[in-house]
Parts: sequence; C-alpha cells; structure tokens
Amino acid sequence: MSTTSHAAPANYLTGGGWDLKSWLLTRDHKRIGILYILSITVFFFIGALFALLVRLELLTPAGDMVQPDSYNRFFTMHGIVMIFFFLIPSIPATLGNFLVPIMIGAKDLAFPRINLASWYLYNIAGVITLWAILAGGVDTGWTFYTPFSTSYSESYVALVLVGIFINGFSSIFTGLNFIVTIHRMRAPGLTWFRLPLFIWSHYATSLIIVLGTPVVAITLLLVVVERVFRLGIFDPALGGDPVLYQHLFWFYSHPAVYIMILPAMGVISELVAAFSRKRIFGYHFVAFASIAIAVLGFLVWGHHMFVAGQSVYAGMVFSVLSMLVAIPSAIKVFNWTATLYGGSISRETPMLYALGFLGLFTIGGLTGVMIATMGIDVHLHDTYFIVAHFHYIMVGGAIMGYLGGLHYWWPKITGRMYPAFWSRVSAILVFVGFNLTFFPQFILGYLGMPRRYWAYPPEFQVLNVLSTAGATILGIGYLLPFTYLFWSLKYGQRVGDNPWGATGLEWQTSSPPPTENFLTPPVVTTEPYDYRDLHVPPESRSPLSREEEEYA
Amino acid sequence: MSEHVVSRKTYFLIFGALMVGTALTVAVAFVDLGIFNDVVMLTIAVAKALLVILFFMHVRYSGRLTALAVASGFLFLLILMGIVVADYLARGPLPGVG
Amino acid sequence: MPDAAHAHGHAHGHPALQHQFDTLEQQKESSTFGMWVFLVTEIMFFGGLFTIYMIYRMASYEGFAEASHELDIVLGSINTAVLIGSSLTMAMAVWAAQTGRARTTANFLVATIVLGSVFLGIKVVEYAEKFHHDHVPGWGFAWEGPHADAAELFYSLYFAMTGLHAVHMIIGIGVLAALIRPALRGRYDASYYNPVEITGLYWHFVDIVWIFLFPLLYLIGRHVT
Repeated sequence: MSTTSHAAPANYLTGGGWDLKSWLLTRDHKRIGILYILSITVFFFIGALFALLVRLELLTPAGDMVQPDSYNRFFTMHGIVMIFFFLIPSIPATLGNFLVPIMIGAKDLAFPRINLASWYLYNIAGVITLWAILAGGVDTGWTFYTPFSTSYSESYVALVLVGIFINGFSSIFTGLNFIVTIHRMRAPGLTWFRLPLFIWSHYATSLIIVLGTPVVAITLLLVVVERVFRLGIFDPALGGDPVLYQHLFWFYSHPAVYIMILPAMGVISELVAAFSRKRIFGYHFVAFASIAIAVLGFLVWGHHMFVAGQSVYAGMVFSVLSMLVAIPSAIKVFNWTATLYGGSISRETPMLYALGFLGLFTIGGLTGVMIATMGIDVHLHDTYFIVAHFHYIMVGGAIMGYLGGLHYWWPKITGRMYPAFWSRVSAILVFVGFNLTFFPQFILGYLGMPRRYWAYPPEFQVLNVLSTAGATILGIGYLLPFTYLFWSLKYGQRVGDNPWGATGLEWQTSSPPPTENFLTPPVVTTEPYDYRDLHVPPESRSPLSREEEEYA
Repeated sequence: MSEHVVSRKTYFLIFGALMVGTALTVAVAFVDLGIFNDVVMLTIAVAKALLVILFFMHVRYSGRLTALAVASGFLFLLILMGIVVADYLARGPLPGVG
Repeated sequence: MPDAAHAHGHAHGHPALQHQFDTLEQQKESSTFGMWVFLVTEIMFFGGLFTIYMIYRMASYEGFAEASHELDIVLGSINTAVLIGSSLTMAMAVWAAQTGRARTTANFLVATIVLGSVFLGIKVVEYAEKFHHDHVPGWGFAWEGPHADAAELFYSLYFAMTGLHAVHMIIGIGVLAALIRPALRGRYDASYYNPVEITGLYWHFVDIVWIFLFPLLYLIGRHVT
C-alpha cells in the first residue's frame, strides 16, 4: 500500500465522521480504544501527581510538608487512582479493545454498545472520584479496611466507593465482551492454539475480571451501606468481623494484580516474538500458564493477611499456594528468554520495554516469593519492601508492558511512526528512573521503614532522597512519550501495513485499519509466529524500518 | 444453543416439583433432625436450583460451554465460601501461641 | 466455534442481525453466552453476601434463630410460591416467543410482571412490619430478646440480601415491560426470540437466589420451640 498517497481508502479515522457525535456515540471498538487511551492518560497523571506529593514529603525525615492526615489522603488517592483508574483498565481497555477483534479476524467485539457503555461508566466513576478528591479525598488506604472505613474515617469514603463500584461495572463489561468475542467470533481456521498469546492473556484476564470483581463490588457496597444507613455488617460492636472484610476484599484484590499483569505478559509475548523474529518458545506452555495464573491466583489471597488475625493454618496453606502461583509466571519468563536465544534481535523501542520487563518482572516476582514465606512476611509486612515488590511488578512490569505495547501498535492505530531517538531515550529514562525510585525501597523495607508513614527515622533519609530523585527521572520518562506521540499524529512518518515485519492478522490490514477491520474477512491457515515462512512485501514496511535493519 | 423447543408439559412438571420442594422445605423445618435440618434444607434448595437451571434455563439442551460457565461460577463461589469458612473454623487459641 | 457460512461485505439478512455478526445463529449464541457470563458475575455478587451470612450464622446461631423467628413464615412461603410461579410464566413466555405466538408471549410477560409485583408488594408489607417493630438496624433498632447484637447483624443481612434481591426484581420487571410492545408487534419467532430468552435467564436466576434466601432467612431453628 502506498505510504504517501492522498487517495488512500477510508480507514476508521477518516471514514465515519470526525465530529464529536461520531466519537462520543461510536460503536467502533477501535475508536473506543482511543477514547480509553485519552481517559486513562488523564487519570494516570492524576495518580502520578499524588505520588509526587508522597515522594516530596518523604524527602525529609520529619513530617514537615503536610499534616499526617493529608499524607494519608495522598497515598490513598495515589493507590485508588492508579489501581482502579489506570492499571486495571489500561491494556485491556486500550490495546485490548483495539486489537482483540482484529487479531481474531472479526469486525468488532460481540457487544459494541456494551463496550461504549463501559467507557461511559469509567468516566462517570472517574468524575465521582474526582469530586471526592476535590472535596478532600479519602484517608483509609486503597484497601478501605474496616472498622476504620465504616465507623471512624471522616473522609469521603462512601463517595469514592460509589465511584469504584461503578468502575467495577466498566471493568466487568470489558471482560464479558472479550470472553464472548474470543469464544464465538474467531475467523475460520483460527483454532484456539493458533491464537496470538495476546489473546490468551486477555482471555485469562477476562476470566478473573468476571469472577473476582463482583465480590469486591458487593463488599465495598456494604461499606457504603454501613456508612450511610448504619447497617452493621462489619461493625465489631455487634460481633462483626474485620478479618471477614479483608477476606472478601482480597478475594478480588489479589486476582486483581493478575488482571494488571496478564495483559502486559500478553504484550511481551508479541514483542519478544516480533523483535527476535522467531516463534515463541513453548507456545502451549505460555498459553496454559496464562490460564493457570488466573485460576491459581484465586487461591492465594490470604498472603495479604498473614498478620491480620486469620488462622495460622490458613496462613500456611496460603503461603504454599502463593509459591505455586509463581511457577506459571516463571515458566513464561523462561519461555520468553528461550525465544530470544538464537533470534534475530533488534533494539527497537518496544523491544527495549520488553527487555526491561523481563528483568524487572523477574525481580518483582522473586521478591514476591520471598514475602510469600510467612516467616519473612511477619517482618516485612507493611514495610517498604512490600511497596517495592508491587511497584516492580506493576510499574516495572505492567506499565512497561503498556508502554511497549503502545509503541508497538501505535503505527497500526494511527498510521504514523514516532521518532525513534526520543522513544529510545524515554525507554531508558523510564528504566533508570524506575530502578532508582524503587530499588532503595527494598533496602528501606528490609531495614524496617514502615509504609504509609509520613515521618521516618533520620538514618533512612539518604535512601529516600535517592528514591525521590528516581521518581523525578521516571516522571520525565513518562512525559516524553506524551509529547512525541502526540507530535507524531501530525508530523510522524506514515507507515504501511506492516512496519515491523511481524506476524499476526493485525499486520495484514492497513495502518490505520478500515472501519470493518479487513477489506476481505481473513481465513487462517498458519500457525502463530511463523517467521520462517513469513513474506512481507517491501511496500508494507515503512522506510524507517528498513533503515533500522541497516543498524542491526 | 439448540433450537430445541421445550414442551409446556415439561415446564409444568418442573413447576410442580418446585412447589413440592418448597412445601417439603417448610415442613421439614419444623421437624427436629438436629444437624441434618441444615443438610436437608440445603439439599432441597440445591435440587430446586438444579431443576430451574437445567430446564427453565435450558442448560439441559445447551452446549458444553454453557454448562462449563455455570459450573465455574458455582465452583469459584465454593472456593470463596470454603476457604473463608475453613479459616474461621481454624481460628482459636493454639497451645503456646497467642 | 463459528461454523456457519460467512457472509461477505454487507449481508442482507434478518433486520435484527447486527453488523459484527455473520449469521443470526452466531448472534443468538453470543447473546445467550453473554447473558450467562453476566449471570456468573451475579453468582459471585450475591455469593459475597451468602458468605458473610454463613460466617455470622456459624458464630451466632442462637441469635440468628431468635431473629429469624420474627420473620413471617407464611408471607415468606407465599412469596416463594409466587416467584416460582413467575418463573413458570416466564418459561411460558419464552415458549410462546419461540413458537411465534405474539399475543400469548405478551400475556405471559404481563403475567410474570404481575407475579413479580405481587412478590414486591408482599415484601413491602414485610418491611413495613419490621419498621413498625423497630427491627431495622440503623433506624432505631430495639431488640427484646437476649441476643440483641446477633439479631441486629441478622437484620442487617436480611435487609441487605432481600433488598439487593428486590432491586434485581425491579430491574427485571422493567426489562420485561420493555419486551411487551415488540412482542405484540410480532417481532419474536423461531428465528429471533433471543431478547425474551436472555431476559428469562436473568429472571430465573433471580428466582434461584430467592430459593436459597427463603430457607436461610426464614427457617432457622424452627424445629426448636
């Protein structure tokens, strides 16, 4: 396909209108994916702002920037916004929405109107949460433990929980849509084991969403009901059990972390294959590992409650199961690494993010096994070790997966390429900034610095200053893509169907794709990631990629 | 999903069975069976639910995927309830531990 | 797996065929499966409440029994029968839609709405009685028996569970009402009756929740006098 012709056939951006109504009432999964990119970016920067406030306070040992109550609100809002309004929807609602139908050769998701409803629910929830933030926020921690949240907190708990409840429905709608679509709308010849691993990951993610979200929904709803109507379900004065609240909360919130990481793993599978120009080693193992993570992930939630008052026997069982759940993740890391071996590796920006993921996710995962050991967790629970562990997975893992995927599929979504130099600089800044922010926190936690504290002993200051410095670098690393990606929309080089020369149905249609995704509905006859027999016509690849090949 | 049209007679039979089950539940509630009161009550409720699922909701005539979805839902609910109840039962003072 | 023949470009099919699907069969299977996935979320949603109920009932069985005895077993039994009846009329509505009987479909939809409304009406009566006796937690709860705290926990759960159930019934009645006009216009027949089918699935599910709620709330320790 011509890269500079002005007589290019209509695609989903140029056809179908450009006015506000055509966007706000769209049923096109691709447009909805873009709407989501815009929404979650807004909330990402709100969450990042709260992180900045936390790190600023922690520059000095004394609590001297804000009142402790305000600090509680900072870390609470950081957690709520980042988890519920960024990480949980991020990859599925943006890249997933855009790519799932295309990767399976369908014209759209099974329920386009429910998809649009999902976006509206997200934004309604977001507005409600923003209102609560502006009114003064919440100070309970994103975990809303009772009885503080039900009986003692004087912040806007009910309002924020209503926002999170509505957001839960947004998430459920996305998961429901993916499950039905993947089961019922695959192209002819596309058997389950010919699916890209991105699809397997999103399928497993959707299973978790559908089974787990409703439990936290009812639990948080009961907290609202208890605050507003004084129905005493968790009230200890009546015999209510705070540990019961924690069981119900973590039944979702642990699997939730797999909602956050599985889609990123799906992205990594695609990136590692494309930039090694090699099929994924152990495809079936990676596919089954995704399902195993989803199922086993439901059996380990008590590792958040080792010191909460649950029985020691429950603790022992959860400890063992938590180590088991690390196995499928490790299987994936081994298979990705084996894929790299003997591959033709190029250092494009998406690959930089994928390589970063491999290292950082491994560190996060290994530290997870450490704290799954009940005896160790007794010391490390509620310290910065935990904070570092989950940020290694959620930022070093999930966010790098998101950025890698965004950079990989950006040319497909927009038809434009971004400047390679600046994108590489950003990836390196993110990697360096991230490690400088969070590695010191492992040490701080091990030395005993508690989390959610607004002051700390002076001997911890150096590490905290390093952490804040790292956060600043990380912030710049995040701001850069925000600028050059937008720049590329107008000035970026136009690309052909397959700028990376990769396998997958999404690279066999135009960039950007037509509204119905394919001019002729595809029929699949090959195995996935078949790089040996891949023939990419030269006009499909952009000039930029051919230049890159000269470097490699 | 099959195009199978379930007969009206089947629906009425199931309705009858459900009403009998309800009457039985109420009647047995007043008879002292000790621990078995709960067992009988839950068994009847599960049987009624199964009848509704299989016949009113057509799972009897649907594919494997539908049955799998229903079973998964109840399985994960059992996991939630089972583990929470097990923890509750296992709590209590241990010798030598607080 | 989609095995039907695939239409190319813009298929000129049934007016109800949505563009993302190739055949009406694929659309029907997808929509039914979609409703089942939604019902799985509902199982987990109500399931959280049932889990809480189980723990507290184990902890305070006598208090729960004492509190349960103050519920009207006659009204509860009638309501159970009414709801099962409404499931029958719902199943009949699906049968009528599937066999293209426009007027009959509408009649059975209306019957289901009526029975559902009777259920809600009886619940209003029961709730009013609880308000009258100060058995509503957070609203001047006063308990005469020895297990006041457990009774308050029980009634918190009672109102939460039956209240959530009632909300689901109200939504269900609304959806049923929306089906009446298309039914009267003959929109539903063997080739396209899925809106009625999936509404039926939802309605039966709400019935199943009550099948468990009734004995668990109304029949605790009735054998001990």
